[in-house]
Amino acid sequence: MAGLMSRTSNVVKAWISKLLDRAEDPSVTLDYSYEKQLEMLQDVKRGVADVVTAKKRLELQTQKLEQEVPKLDDQARKALAAGREDLARAALERKTVAQQQLQGLDQQIAGLEAQQEKLLANEKRLSAKVEAFRSQKEVIKAQYSAAEAQVKISEAATGIGEEMADTGLAIQRAQDKTEQMQARAAAVDELVETGALEDFTSGETSLDRELAQISAQSQVDDELARLKGELAAGGAQKELEEKP
Amino acid sequence: MIVRLMGEGQFQASDDLLARLNGLDERAQAAADAGNEPELDRLLDEMWQLVQTEGERLSDDDLSASDVVIPPSDLTLEETKRLFSDEGLIPDPPA
Repeated sequence: MAGLMSRTSNVVKAWISKLLDRAEDPSVTLDYSYEKQLEMLQDVKRGVADVVTAKKRLELQTQKLEQEVPKLDDQARKALAAGREDLARAALERKTVAQQQLQGLDQQIAGLEAQQEKLLANEKRLSAKVEAFRSQKEVIKAQYSAAEAQVKISEAATGIGEEMADTGLAIQRAQDKTEQMQARAAAVDELVETGALEDFTSGETSLDRELAQISAQSQVDDELARLKGELAAGGAQKELEEKP
Repeated sequence: MIVRLMGEGQFQASDDLLARLNGLDERAQAAADAGNEPELDRLLDEMWQLVQTEGERLSDDDLSASDVVIPPSDLTLEETKRLFSDEGLIPDPPA
C-alpha cells in the first residue's frame, strides 16, 4: 500500500507530465515552460489580491460591529433608566450576538491572514526559481549539444514544474478558504434580510425607535408639567389681581 | 535525498531521516484510511517538524526535483481524499 508521501509525489509528477506534454516539440519546452511559469506567477499574485479583498470585507464588518457594541450598551442603560427592563434585555442580547460575531470574524480574518502569508511565500519561492530557470535556459541553449540539452531541459523543467504544482495547490486552498468565508458572510446577510437576526449595522433598529419614543414621551410629560405649572401660576396671579 | 514540504520548500534529508519519515508516513496513511483526522494531523505535523529541524533547507532558486513530497501539514481529511481522487485538488496547469 502506497503511503501519503509516494501518493503525493505521484500526483505532482502527473501534474508535471500534463504541463510538459502540452509542449509537443521538445525544442520549445524551455520557452513554453517559461511562459507557463510567468502565468503561474500572475495566478499567485491574483490569488493574494483575492485573499486581501476578502480580508478587507471582513475587517469592515468588524469595524461596524465594534461601533455597535458601545451603542447597544448605551441603549440598554437608557432603557433601564426609563424603567424598561425588557428593552434593556433586548439590547444586551443583541450586544452578545454582536460580540459572538466579532469573535468569529477575528478567527476568519486570522485564517485569511495565514493564507495570504502562505501565498506570498509561494510567490517568493516560485519567483526565485523562475529567475534561475530563465538564466539556465539561456545557458542550455548556448552551451549544450542537442542530446545533452534534452537531459538538462527535462531536469530543469521537472524541478520548476514541482514548484508550480506546489503553488497551484496553495492557490486552490486559499481560494477554497476564501469561498467558505464568503458563503458564511452571505448566510449572515440572509439571516439579517429575513429578520431572523436584527441588522444592527444598518441605521435605525426597532430598539432605537422605542427608545426614541420613550424619550419623546418623557419630553412631552416634562412639557405638560411645565405648562400646568405656568397655568397654575397664571391662575393664582389672576386671582390676586381680581381681589382688590 | 531531497524532501519537499508542500507550501514550505525543499530540504536535504539524510537516509536516517528518510527512514523515520517512512515510518511516520505509514501511520499517517493508516490514519487517513481510518478517517482519523486528529491522528493524521498530528503525524503530518511530526513529519514536518522532523524535516524542518533535521533537514537542510535548499535555496529558493535551486531547480532540483524532489525525491519525496510531503503534503501540507494542515491538510484536512477531506482535502487528502480530493488530492488523491481523479478530480484532484491541484487545478490543471495553465493551458
